[in-house]
Amino acid sequence: MNDIVFDNVSKFYGEILGVNRVNLSIPPGVTSLVGPNGSGKTTLMNMIAGLLRPSRGRVVVCGVEPDDAERFFRMVGYSTQYDSFPRGLTGFEFVESYLRLYGFSAKDTKRLAWEAIDRVGLREASGRTTAGYSKGMRQRIRLAQAIAHRPRILVLDEPLNGLDPLARAETIALFQALAAEGSHVLISTHILHEVDLISDHVIMMNQGYVVAEGRIRGMRDEIAEHPMQVLIRCDKPEYLASRLFHENQVVEVRLHADRAGLLVRTKSADGFYKLLNHIALNGVQIESVAPADDDAQSVYEYLIGSEESTK
Amino acid sequence: MTLWRRQILAIMRIDLRKTFFSRRGIWIWLLAFCPEIPMVAHWLFSGGGEHSGDTLGNDVQILAAIFQFFYLRVAIFFGCVGIFSNLFRGEMMDKSLHYYLLAPVRREVLVAGKFISGLAAAIVIFGGSTLLMFPAIFWHHGRELMSAYMFAGPGMSHLASYFAAAVLACVGYGSLFLASGVLFRNPLIPAAGLLIWESINGFLPALLKKISIIYWLQSICPIPMPAPKGTTGIASLLVIDIDPAPTHLAVINLVLIAAFVVVWAALRARRMEISYGAD
Repeated sequence: MNDIVFDNVSKFYGEILGVNRVNLSIPPGVTSLVGPNGSGKTTLMNMIAGLLRPSRGRVVVCGVEPDDAERFFRMVGYSTQYDSFPRGLTGFEFVESYLRLYGFSAKDTKRLAWEAIDRVGLREASGRTTAGYSKGMRQRIRLAQAIAHRPRILVLDEPLNGLDPLARAETIALFQALAAEGSHVLISTHILHEVDLISDHVIMMNQGYVVAEGRIRGMRDEIAEHPMQVLIRCDKPEYLASRLFHENQVVEVRLHADRAGLLVRTKSADGFYKLLNHIALNGVQIESVAPADDDAQSVYEYLIGSEESTK
Repeated sequence: MTLWRRQILAIMRIDLRKTFFSRRGIWIWLLAFCPEIPMVAHWLFSGGGEHSGDTLGNDVQILAAIFQFFYLRVAIFFGCVGIFSNLFRGEMMDKSLHYYLLAPVRREVLVAGKFISGLAAAIVIFGGSTLLMFPAIFWHHGRELMSAYMFAGPGMSHLASYFAAAVLACVGYGSLFLASGVLFRNPLIPAAGLLIWESINGFLPALLKKISIIYWLQSICPIPMPAPKGTTGIASLLVIDIDPAPTHLAVINLVLIAAFVVVWAALRARRMEISYGAD
C-alpha cells in the first residue's frame, strides 16, 4: 500500500520495446535508477508519474492508479528531463500558475510556491523570466515546481545535471530530507559515484529490463561470477601477499601501486575476513580493510558492462 | 467554488496569457483586424459623399461580402487554426503539455478549460473586430445617417447577427481545431482538408452542404450573398448559392456540433500520453 508497485509491466512504442516484464516494489526512501541510454529509465519514470500507460500489466502508486487523476497526481511530483517552460513566465509565475491547478486558494498557492522556491534557493531570481535562467537555475525551478504541492512521490529525471557543486550538495540534502519525511524520491542519474551517496535503493536497467534492484551491498553479494575485491592497508604487504596465495578462497592478490597495500579478490568475503583476523594475530599490522568493488559503479560494470555508456 | 471550476479558471489564466500576449500570436491579431484597414482607408481617402456609388446601401453589401467571403472563411478559419490547434499540439511541440498532465485535473476538465480559454480569446479578437467593422465602414456617412441606420433601421440587428456569426464561427471551427490538435500530430493536414470541404460547400448536394460549419454560419448572416451573375473560375469556388436554414436552427446545430466534437476530443484526451520524442 505504501510502495510503488509494477506488476508485470511492459511498454511498447509500436514495435519498439520501452520496458519489458517489470516487477518491482519500491519502498519509501531515495531510489536511484541507473542504466545506459535507451535502457527504459525514462519510460519507467513516465509510467510512475502517470504520463505513460503500460501496454501490459499495471502500475499502482501507494494503492492508487493514474486513472484516479484527482488523487494520483496530488501524490506525485515529477521533474522531467525536458528543459522546457511555458513562454514568458517568471520563475515564481511558473511555479504558482501550475500550482493553481491543484485547487488551492490564492493565498495558499502563493505560500506553497514561495516555500518551494525557498527550498531550492531561488527566491532572488524568482522574479526573472525562466528564459534568462542558467541551466542549473532551470533545473532548480523545475524541482521547485515538482515539490510545491508537497507530493509523497517525487520522480526526478537527471535532477543533478547542470548544478554547481554547492547546489548539488544542497539538492542531495533536500532529497535526503524529503526521504526522511517518508517520501519516495526516485532519481535517474548517470553519475554512478553519486548513487552510493544519494540512495537507499538502486534499480539497474538495461535494454528495457530490470537487471538488478535492491541495496547495493546486497546486489554485490549476489554477483557470484565476479569475486569480491578487498583493499588491505598494512605494514608488510609482500609478506601478507605470500601468506594469502596459499588460501583456497583467495583468487588473486596484487600489490597496490604505492606498495603500502594489497588488492585481494576472494570467492568468500566472510571466510576471507576470518582468515585475515587470524593472520593479523600473527605479526602483520593491518591499518585498514575495505571492500573495493561493492559500490554502484562496480556493480553496474559487472551487470551491464563498462563499455556501455550510462547516459 | 468547486474544484473543476477553479481548475478551469487556472487553465484560462495560463492559456489566455499565451494567446493574447505571445509574439507567435501577432499574426492572428493582424488577420482579425485586417478588414478594418481598407475600410478606414476608404473613409479617409474617398472624401465621403454620394459620389461614384458610395452609398450606405452599397457599403452594407460590401460589408456582407467582406464578412462572408473573407472574414468567416479566411480570417476566423485560420485564426481558429492558430488559436485552437496550439492548445494541445503547440504545447506538445513546446514540450510543456506535461505540466498540465501532471496536475490533478481530469482530462475532460483540461479539454473543457482549454476550449473555453481558446474561445474567450477568439471571441475577444474576432468578435471585437466584427464590432469595429461597423464604425470603420459606416462612419464616413456621417453621424445622422449612421444613427438612423443603426437605431431606426436594421443596423443593430445586422450587427448582432454578424457578432453572433463570428462567435459561432469561433465555437464551430474552434471545436474542430481543438480536436485536431488532440488527435493529429500535424493539425494543418485536417485543417487543409476542412478548408477544401468548406470551399466546395456551394457545389455540394443539399444534404452534404449541411455537413459543414460555413453553411450554418451563412444562415445566420443578415444579408444573403447570391452568386453575382457571370461568376466563373476560382471566384465561383467562394460563392455559395445559399438556401439558408432558420437562424435558431443554425445556432442550435452549430452549438451541438461543437459540443459533440469537444466531448469526443475529451474522451480521446483520456488516453493521451506524453511522447515528445515521437513529435
